[in-house]
Amino acid sequence: MNTIFYIAALVALVSTALAISGRNAIHALLFLIVSLLSISVIFFILGAPFIAALEVIVYAGAIMVLFIFVIMMLNVGLEKEMENKWLRPGMWILPSILAFILLIDFLSMLRSMNYREIRGQIILPKQVGISLFTTYLLGVEISAMLLLAGIVGAYHLGRQKKKVIHRFLEKIEETHAEAPDTNL
Amino acid sequence: MVTIPIEIQILFAASLFLLGLIGLLVRRNIIFMLMSIEVMFNSAGLVFIIAGSRWGQTDGQVMFIFILAVAAAEVSVGLALILQMFHHYKTLDADELSKLRDSKNDS
Repeated sequence: MNTIFYIAALVALVSTALAISGRNAIHALLFLIVSLLSISVIFFILGAPFIAALEVIVYAGAIMVLFIFVIMMLNVGLEKEMENKWLRPGMWILPSILAFILLIDFLSMLRSMNYREIRGQIILPKQVGISLFTTYLLGVEISAMLLLAGIVGAYHLGRQKKKVIHRFLEKIEETHAEAPDTNL
Repeated sequence: MVTIPIEIQILFAASLFLLGLIGLLVRRNIIFMLMSIEVMFNSAGLVFIIAGSRWGQTDGQVMFIFILAVAAAEVSVGLALILQMFHHYKTLDADELSKLRDSKNDS
């Protein structure tokens, strides 16, 4: 168990360092997903299986997909040369090596699992749910309101405004856009 | 169960947080800055889980669920802002958004 923790921690640190130093946003996202998966392994080792599942589903599943959607919509850094590079092994070999180490971790943990030892400190989802919906019920409702505000804000900000085609308005906007350059 | 000293676990979470902070400070691409913020959220949640497993309480995991909700709301609004920024300025460089900067004090 200890060695699995150290290996997963090493994978998380390396992949996070590669994620924040990458040139291409999609590759950085791949490394970030590997980092999230290894942190989920650490959560599982620390006796929080529910949180490990949530980490994979919500972080690596939902939030990273949001990132990927935005990067695809903005179409940043995707020139025609990129399509030729997609088949090179240098693009995917490092994330797959890191993910393979995690897979070996997982398999060896499944083999050496001793349920009696773990049962002492593991915190099951049932206890978490009971605590969440009795002690922290107010926090659940506040976070529901926060998520509603996030939905409304994201809808309002992300809406495409209808562009006004008018000669004079365009001219005014151009002069406004050029004005800060003269100040500098 | 793991017999790793809690100092090493906290050290791991702190180094992860430090990596996120370095990414936030060094990178100018705003998507990378948002990803670094996600890393920092994640490491803060990791400390909650470590403490919760150390004392055998469920409060740490409940706090992680709250952090997850906050991160989801933050990232949706942040990505909408990035979309608007790209529509207005045609760039993802955070240094381009310098309209509020005081140009007189700029050396």
